[in-house]
Amino acid sequence: MNLDNITLIYYGYFEKELLEMVVNDIEREFSLPVKTQEGHLDLSVFYDPARRQYDGNRILQKIDSEDASDDCKTLGIFNIDLFIPILTYIFGQAFLNGRCGIASIYRLSNERYGIKKDERLFIDRIRKEIIHELGHTFGLIHCQNPTCVMRSSTYVEDIDQKNHQLCHKCKKDLEIAG
Amino acid sequence: MAKKISILIVDDEESVRDSLYNWFIEDGYRVECAQDAKKALSMLESDVFDIILADIKMPGMDGLEMLKRIKSLRKDSIVIIMTAFATVDTAVQALKDGAFDYVTKPFDPDDLSHLIRNASKQISLLEENEILKEKVVSLENVEDLIGNSETIQKVLREIESVAQSNASVIITGESGTGKELVARAIHANSPRKFFPMISVHCGALSESLLESELFGHEKGAFTGAVYNRKGRFEMADSGTIFLDEIATISQKMQVELLRVLESKSFVRVGGNKEITSDFRVICATNRDLKSMVEKGLFREDLFYRLNVVNISVPPLRERIEDIPLLVDYFIKKYCTSMNRPLITIDSSALKRLEEFPFPGNIRELENMIERAIVVGNGKRISLKDLPLGKAIVNTTFESLDDLEKNHIFQILTKYNWNISVSAKALKVDRVTLYNKIKKYDLKPSK
Repeated sequence: MNLDNITLIYYGYFEKELLEMVVNDIEREFSLPVKTQEGHLDLSVFYDPARRQYDGNRILQKIDSEDASDDCKTLGIFNIDLFIPILTYIFGQAFLNGRCGIASIYRLSNERYGIKKDERLFIDRIRKEIIHELGHTFGLIHCQNPTCVMRSSTYVEDIDQKNHQLCHKCKKDLEIAG
Repeated sequence: MAKKISILIVDDEESVRDSLYNWFIEDGYRVECAQDAKKALSMLESDVFDIILADIKMPGMDGLEMLKRIKSLRKDSIVIIMTAFATVDTAVQALKDGAFDYVTKPFDPDDLSHLIRNASKQISLLEENEILKEKVVSLENVEDLIGNSETIQKVLREIESVAQSNASVIITGESGTGKELVARAIHANSPRKFFPMISVHCGALSESLLESELFGHEKGAFTGAVYNRKGRFEMADSGTIFLDEIATISQKMQVELLRVLESKSFVRVGGNKEITSDFRVICATNRDLKSMVEKGLFREDLFYRLNVVNISVPPLRERIEDIPLLVDYFIKKYCTSMNRPLITIDSSALKRLEEFPFPGNIRELENMIERAIVVGNGKRISLKDLPLGKAIVNTTFESLDDLEKNHIFQILTKYNWNISVSAKALKVDRVTLYNKIKKYDLKPSK
């Protein structure tokens, strides 16, 4: 795999400063430079009025067909509530060993759950979610190690339990994949 | 290393299939998809999946019908039914039909993870259970039949080949040869092994008692029938019924038995409700049933119904080479049960045992070893501990003819069927010996 970089593309209303705070950690985990850029997508076409959510599957396919390339790993980042048909919500998803993934910060803030705002925790969750989805694009599957960033998280509390780093085994798998 | 769990997703909506596929792939499962029940069933014929996630509403065959088909293919399959419109009735029906769980779409990601974790745990338990069952069975088998001789190995091969089928078996052999052990080995190696094997000693019961014993009775059916009682056929449901000394049952019981074997249903004595039971029948006898049929003493139709497979258990005198192994086995068995240190046997005592005809077969040998351990010095079994020179109570031969037949056979075997030498040993002339051989239809053992 000869990759030039990891590209984080933010879409819709998004504070790009949030990404600047996590770039270094992403570069460190994957040993690749990280680029951030703004993307343009009409999100209304992915909106499901019945669920009042955005269809993660279709957004992922759209990014794969229009914004992703073979020489980098691309992650689309949103501030919208994502779903896939079978699940009530998702934090993000990616093509396993593919070119791209998506992640949303929508459900990562404390305020969403009626809890006091915690900016540091919010950034920490964003960092972990981005590294997690990028890990999938590098072929990493969910890890059983409770502190590994590749551990499956279905609640924000699960995200808080893990580190933002890959465990020893996942790092090794990443090296093999590289 | 833990086995990779495999999941089959069955849903007519592509987006649902893709979503679940991507979700489970990220969890490291092996995932396959089918767009309808027909395709899923054909995939299940050639591949095994640990978990099947199926939509309830699909064109053609629906999820509930597919669930029934899957369960008939593989009883242990874990099927989770998904639906967009949950109703209590369909949920109850799915669970009644053997679904592992029932979920309403869309589900919470955590619920899905939880569901699959639970299903995986169930799979581990089932696998662990299978391993333990195998261990239990192998323990039973080791204990059951001892011997390296060709004759007993042949019996073991026959047991192995017949065990997996549902065929009726007749086990023939002299008293004390271990016919019930053979029946137990067949049962223990059959798919019915986790259900009971019910033994009935037909010879020990009168006709009316046997009837009540086999079919059960209703309260008040006869004097002393204070409670309803299940019969042996009913108790053997899903298992095996072992009818020992089958040749002793009366003509009336033969008719009754034939009817039950044909219909697998019966009525309790004094009752009027038809009861069905799924049992396999294994019979044993020390008599020649074929000749009983010829003499009109045993119903021919019943004989052919029972005699699908015949296993002949050799007498101990035809497997002399197994005697050391058997002696060793019985010494261990009785020393352990009597809480005594293990003892050995003198080579001279063992040699005498190998020369002894054992008309009572293994049962006689077993009793002899048990007695020797009780009366012996607690260190070694010697010749004086064995009642070889004394009269041995022989329960096998009741008539003088039987006794004479057996004795002549022993002498002929001892002298390698040399008629002159055998006649001399028996102190009769050769013509008399020839006549006796003809009379008793004696033939050299194979």
